[in-house]
Order: sequence, then C-alpha cells, then structure tokens
Amino acid sequence: MSHYDAIVIGAGMSGLAAAIRLAMFDKRVLVVERHNIPGGLNSYYHKARRPFDVGLHAMTNYAPKGARGAPLTKLLRQLRIPWEALQLRPQHHSEVRFPGVTLRFTNDFEVLRHEVHRAFPAAADRFDRFVALVLAYDDVSLDAPQVPARPVLEEQLGDPLLVEMLFCPLMLYGSAVENDMEFGQFCTMFKSIFVQGMARPEGGVRTLIKLLRDKLTELGGELRFKRNVKRILTRDGRVAGVELEKVTGADAHVAPLPAGEDPVVLAPVVLSSIGYLETLGITEGVEVPPPEVYPPGRLGYMESILVLDREPRDLGIDPTIVFFNETDRFDYRAPDDLVDLRSGVICLTNNFAHERPLPEGLLRITSLASWDGWRALARPEPYAGAKDAWRAKQVEVVRRHFPPFEDHVVFTDTFTPTTVWHFTRHLRGAIYGAPNKVKSGLTPVAGLFLCGTDQGFLGIVGAMLSGISIANARVLQGAPA
Amino acid sequence: MQATDIASVILDIISTIAPDEDLSDVKPDVRLRDQLDLDSMDFLDIVMELRKRYGVEVPEEDYPKLASLDSCVEYLGPKLADK
Repeated sequence: MSHYDAIVIGAGMSGLAAAIRLAMFDKRVLVVERHNIPGGLNSYYHKARRPFDVGLHAMTNYAPKGARGAPLTKLLRQLRIPWEALQLRPQHHSEVRFPGVTLRFTNDFEVLRHEVHRAFPAAADRFDRFVALVLAYDDVSLDAPQVPARPVLEEQLGDPLLVEMLFCPLMLYGSAVENDMEFGQFCTMFKSIFVQGMARPEGGVRTLIKLLRDKLTELGGELRFKRNVKRILTRDGRVAGVELEKVTGADAHVAPLPAGEDPVVLAPVVLSSIGYLETLGITEGVEVPPPEVYPPGRLGYMESILVLDREPRDLGIDPTIVFFNETDRFDYRAPDDLVDLRSGVICLTNNFAHERPLPEGLLRITSLASWDGWRALARPEPYAGAKDAWRAKQVEVVRRHFPPFEDHVVFTDTFTPTTVWHFTRHLRGAIYGAPNKVKSGLTPVAGLFLCGTDQGFLGIVGAMLSGISIANARVLQGAPA
Repeated sequence: MQATDIASVILDIISTIAPDEDLSDVKPDVRLRDQLDLDSMDFLDIVMELRKRYGVEVPEEDYPKLASLDSCVEYLGPKLADK
C-alpha cells in the first residue's frame, strides 16, 4: 500500500496550486485526475488539428509586475512563479451592452468610472461611494458571513439598470447563485474584472497549465491521470486515504487498476477540488445533505467556438469581451428552454495584445443552458441536431452585435452542460459549482478539506488562491514537521 | 549563529519568497510589514522556510515575534544558537 502526506483530488487550477504548496514544503503529495490531461474546468483539446482552450476566456485579476497587494502578485509569490512566465497579454477593451446603454471598460478602472458617470450621471456619487465600499470589503476571509449582494447594490446605487449592468458580467463570469451573488463574491468579482482587469497568457490556458505542472513535478509532486477516486476512505471520523479505479476509453468507463498498482492509497490529509456534494458522495460513512439543505449548482452554459479565416479586427470587431443582455432586466437563471439567448458573453480571443498573432480568428459565444434539457436528449440524435440548431441561433445573436462575419467561419465546435459533466464530473455541468460555498474548506470528516469551485474563490486566479489558502490554513499552518 | 547571521537568514528567505522586493535598506527596528509588501501568507512562508532550512519550529502564536529584524534576532537567537 502506498502512503503519502497528502492526496489532492483533481488536477485543476486549485488542485495543482494546493499540491505545489504542499510539495514546496516537503510534503509527499499525490494528485489524482480522472481526465488524461490537467486543467479541470480550464483545460484544452485538439479538434480538426486545431488547438482549443476550454473554460478560460481571459485571466481576470490582471496586475502589472510586482503590483503591491494584488491577488496576482500574492499568487505568483506563493507558487514562486515569475510574473514574466505567465506572458500575460492585456485586453484591448470590453463592454457591457444593454438595450440603449453600453459601458466600456479596460484594465484602467477610471475608464469604467467615467463611463458610469456619463451614462448614469444621477448615480455618479453613489457609484463612487459604492466602489469605496467594495474595495474596503474583506472578501478573502475564510470565515466571513455570507450576505446577499442584490439588496446591498439596490440600496447603495439606487438605479436598477446600473445594478443589472454591474451584475451582468460578474454573474456570467462566476455566480453559482441564480439572480444574485453572495456579497463577498460580488466584491471579489468586481475587483478582479472591473478594477484589476483581464489578460490572456500568450499561449492561452496551456501556458498556465504547463507552468503549474512543471512546478509541481520539479518539487517532487506526483500526478496520476485517468484515475478516478471511487471512494474516500475514513477511519473513526478521520480521512484515511482514497481507493482508485482506472478510467478507460473515450466513454470514460471505469475499470480496476492494472496489476501491480495498488488501488488503495493512504494519506492523513485529502484535499478535494471536485465539489462539495461530489466529494461527500464518495466519502465513506458520510451522509450527503439533501437538496433543500445544500442544493446543487443550476447554472450551465452552451458555448460555441467559431474559427474565422481572419482576425475579428479585420471584420470591424474590436472589443475583447462583450457581456450583453437584450431585455430590460437581466435574468440570470437556468433557462426553461435548452438555451437562453437573451444574454451571454462574446469573447474575441485575438483581441488581447498578443506578441505573435494567433493563426486564425476565434470568436466564442457563451449562453446560459439547461442541464435538464440537454441531459434528456438522446445521443447521437436529437442531441447533435439540437447543438447545430442552437449554434445557428447563437450566430444570429452575435450578428446583432457585430458587422457581418458569417462567411468567414471555417470551423465550429460547441459544448453543452453535458460536455462539461462528461469531462469534469461536476454535477449538472455547473461550472461555478453549488450556490452555498464552503469558504472554510472544512467537511464533516477531519483531514478532508475542500478547495476549488465550491470553496468559493472565483476565476482562475481565485481558483489557484483557493488551493493555496486551504493548503496553507488546513495543512501547513501549525502542522508539525 | 550570530545576530547579523540571523538577520541575513531572514532577508535571504524574504528574497526567496518575494523576489520583487528591494531589501537593500531594511531597517532592523521597523516592522517588516511597514517597509515591505508582506502579508500573512508571506509570514507563513518565512516560518515554513525556517522549518525547512533549519528545523526551527515557530508556533502560530509566536508569529508576531517575527515582526521586525530586531525581534527576529531576539526570538530566533536561542533557537538558532547551535545551528
């Protein structure tokens, strides 16, 4: 039987970051990952000989090298990765588009402040006071009270449209709660997107994953792919280790491990990044809370990637990211139909300040989608036909925002909530996890801790800081040598 | 280990965990946090590096004793005496 000081379940951003911290301080750490590559919700794939990113549109929390107190600076320090290695390329500009009003923003917060003052002159002073409140809020505390954001925004800002326009990008980029956010999460997202801003590593998510993977390996951490955790083992209310099985083939069936590989791996500490319900569901001797106590996430997405034969800019499309809503009120919830086209995100990957132009144009359109609806469709049909039909509708939506581009589309690919579930096993394909976050990282089992999506630090930088914070607070701090 | 050695050990650790910081003019009697951009995560790393490099244990309740270079020397002196 093999023994480790710690086992990390899931080689996504939070799991890799947690494992790096533990390995840095001489813990023997094993990361087990179900998929055959790392990254989790922010990963990559090849199709038609083209490399694609999944998840990452942009890294939020942009900060210049050495920016004091910035989350990115803290993250890089904790991982001991130099700023230059990320090769961050800042956005051009992004937009929040509602009927009749557009707010532009860049990585300079004053641009957004000016835009809000211009579009909402009566709310200008209230906006400035609200920003001061958000900046002062301690949103990274592991034991902060959880407060709904909507009443705070409505009271502070007084303008319902401004409230919706601020919510729109922040919800679409991270809220696991329908039509609201927890106020601490709102503050985290507001700072990470509006105040700090967005950038993309020159090579996309691959650049970041390679850095994390290389760092972990260099520190002696171990990674095992295509290994599913069948059970989290416990003994007298304490975690004892995990039992593994092998994931085989494209359909991700599970099978016993090859002869010679012991399925039981023991460790006094297990950090799980796979979600709260997902974790408890495989833990020995633990009752999974019912949905009325701990509801699963409901927010899933359908995303289509359109490959263009030229740069979007050559077609007159110059924003980096557009968050749009086409009705009076932004309705952020699981749609009744398969997809909700009334709002969404359009990402123009080329429109970051890359040093080398990307080989082709890339346009991604992301819309809220229904897990239940997509799950009910049989494979291959009518599922495949529904994907094509809804992608065509997404293209019509994009067309309402930009000059003609349809004739330049040379390849498309689409994912739905069931695709996300297939590759990550996050319940209901809910990329932002469950609505109730477990900030402390604690579970009913001693030694079993949660990091990642359901711990609740958002975005890619947030996910890595989640892994780091839980590794620090629950394993390194005060732990005997 | 001498007092000056302890101070340079601490500065060396800080240069490892915060390579962007300018350490050429750190005043020994002023709190490190007041002259450098260090937070609680960085102090944890100082403690972890002391353990890793010298086998010195600093319990959590003693973290405030690492506030300045002078207080580090005073607190760590006995612990590093035979290192």
